[in-house]
Amino acid sequence: MRLKNRSRLIPWYFALPGLLWLLVFFLIPLLNQLNVSLLTGDPEAGYELTWAFSNYTDAIREYWPQIRRSLGYAGVATVIDLIIAFPLAYFIAYRAGKWKGFLLLMVVLPFFMSQVLRTVSWQLLLTDNGWIVERLRDVGLVSEKGRVLATSTAVIGGIAYNYLPFMVLPLYASLERLDRRLIEAATDLYASRAVAFRRVTVPLATPGIFAGSLLVFIPAAGDFINASLLGSSKQYMVGNVIQSNFLTVLDYPTAAALSFLLIGIILIGIAIYSALLGTKTLTEAAG
Amino acid sequence: MAATPTVGKATTEIVAPAGAGDRTAKARTWGLGLWSVLAILFLFLPIGVAVLFSFNEPAGRFNFTWQEFTLDHWAHPFRDPDLARSLKNSILLAIVSTIMAVALGTLLAIALVRHKFRGRGAADFFVFIPMATPEVVLGASALGLFLVAGVNTGFATLVIVHVMFTISYVVVTVKARLQGMDPHIEEAARDLGASEWQAFWRVTLPTIAPGVVSAAVLAAALSVDDYVVSSFTAGQTQTFPLFIFGATKQGVPPEVNVLATMLLLGILLLLGLNLGVQKALARRDKKRIAGA
Repeated sequence: MRLKNRSRLIPWYFALPGLLWLLVFFLIPLLNQLNVSLLTGDPEAGYELTWAFSNYTDAIREYWPQIRRSLGYAGVATVIDLIIAFPLAYFIAYRAGKWKGFLLLMVVLPFFMSQVLRTVSWQLLLTDNGWIVERLRDVGLVSEKGRVLATSTAVIGGIAYNYLPFMVLPLYASLERLDRRLIEAATDLYASRAVAFRRVTVPLATPGIFAGSLLVFIPAAGDFINASLLGSSKQYMVGNVIQSNFLTVLDYPTAAALSFLLIGIILIGIAIYSALLGTKTLTEAAG
Repeated sequence: MAATPTVGKATTEIVAPAGAGDRTAKARTWGLGLWSVLAILFLFLPIGVAVLFSFNEPAGRFNFTWQEFTLDHWAHPFRDPDLARSLKNSILLAIVSTIMAVALGTLLAIALVRHKFRGRGAADFFVFIPMATPEVVLGASALGLFLVAGVNTGFATLVIVHVMFTISYVVVTVKARLQGMDPHIEEAARDLGASEWQAFWRVTLPTIAPGVVSAAVLAAALSVDDYVVSSFTAGQTQTFPLFIFGATKQGVPPEVNVLATMLLLGILLLLGLNLGVQKALARRDKKRIAGA
């Protein structure tokens, strides 16, 4: 009897330390943040809980451009990454042969150099009189006095660059798993290659498309490194506002309200996306 | 017999367009290959630039235009004491938080995969949410709690948040390994008289070792590169990414490029070691099975 009790407790010995860590340093801070988002006051006099739901409406009114930008930039970057990553993942999964492992390593490798420094390198590459911008001027894509830095193009490009591997890996995993006999069956049954691709390959790769898009969209919507380094205040996103309100302006309630608005944006983004894709539940995509 | 020629004819009919299809299939493969090469070049372009400019002698403060080749920065990468300290902090932080996250995460993964207990599904979901939460929210909320609790931010709070945001990745990685493993081996060990702990130390842990090592490499890489969460919880402590970000306004010194390249090589070395360990462990397992 004693022994039985002990072994029933064992999963808890194993699970508890980790779960407690997440409880104390993730969940409780999040709940505290929810509380903070309903405070009123100012940095000098202090804040008190007044259930100020107006913090949310005020934050939306004041920071609507940044909110819209976060949604827009993250959405466009996700689409760009999907376009770049699908052929790449397809090639690695089906055509790369013995190069498969090497190519996968090449996709992950950029992760291992400092993200901030990579973004600084883009700053250097896209600098006003740099080689790339001069060539773009030559072909007329950038006007004589035009810039690439401090535009939404640079920020979206930077975001797409940063999170590209997150799109490639799940796409690769779902294509790799896909039973290719189904594609053969489709072509045997007189589907053209294009039709087989559209009606068989893409639907079967949907879990990968969904997972990859989430892995790109979520961090992209909260990103502020790219907007800080490649953009100007005209490209600032919600992340920039949260950071400056928390660390410089010390307007904690607004920063907290924006945090939850950001989570809201992400949930809305996911809902729209899954409706478009016809994925019924999140768990289906995860599986 | 009479049907044979028809079959033969049909075959030749199919082969003919297939020949043309072969060419388009080849063209398609080439197209896909070219696209892939370009995509990978895109991924490597800023890395190439960062490495290249570690050999540059900048004219002013900004290391933005190529001036002249020098090995000077490679010879004295630690010239700036603040930079050296920030890198030391980052590496120490990565080591401490990786050890803690791997310990907590591995145990948690074992509990989630191997044991059926009430609330397991909820725990599973709970572990997943931090990965789905934007880093800026993780950092801001953690700082909010430290402010309320009156905790001074610094190295200790950095360790706390780094463990927090890497645990989930450790759990996912170790879980994947556990799920591919036969639970009957542990049961066999217990049937043969091993206690719960003996079975854990002598059977479970050695079998999941490759997953644990991979999880450690992943956690270390995530920790050493983190800017966003650290920017909220570092206090006066500088980490390497924080130093670089701070330096962007006055110009990033080329020593940063040198150290970042070294860090990249260091992580590659770790990955190589990991691969070696995995292979050695696989060989060990094979030998054991052959021996048994």
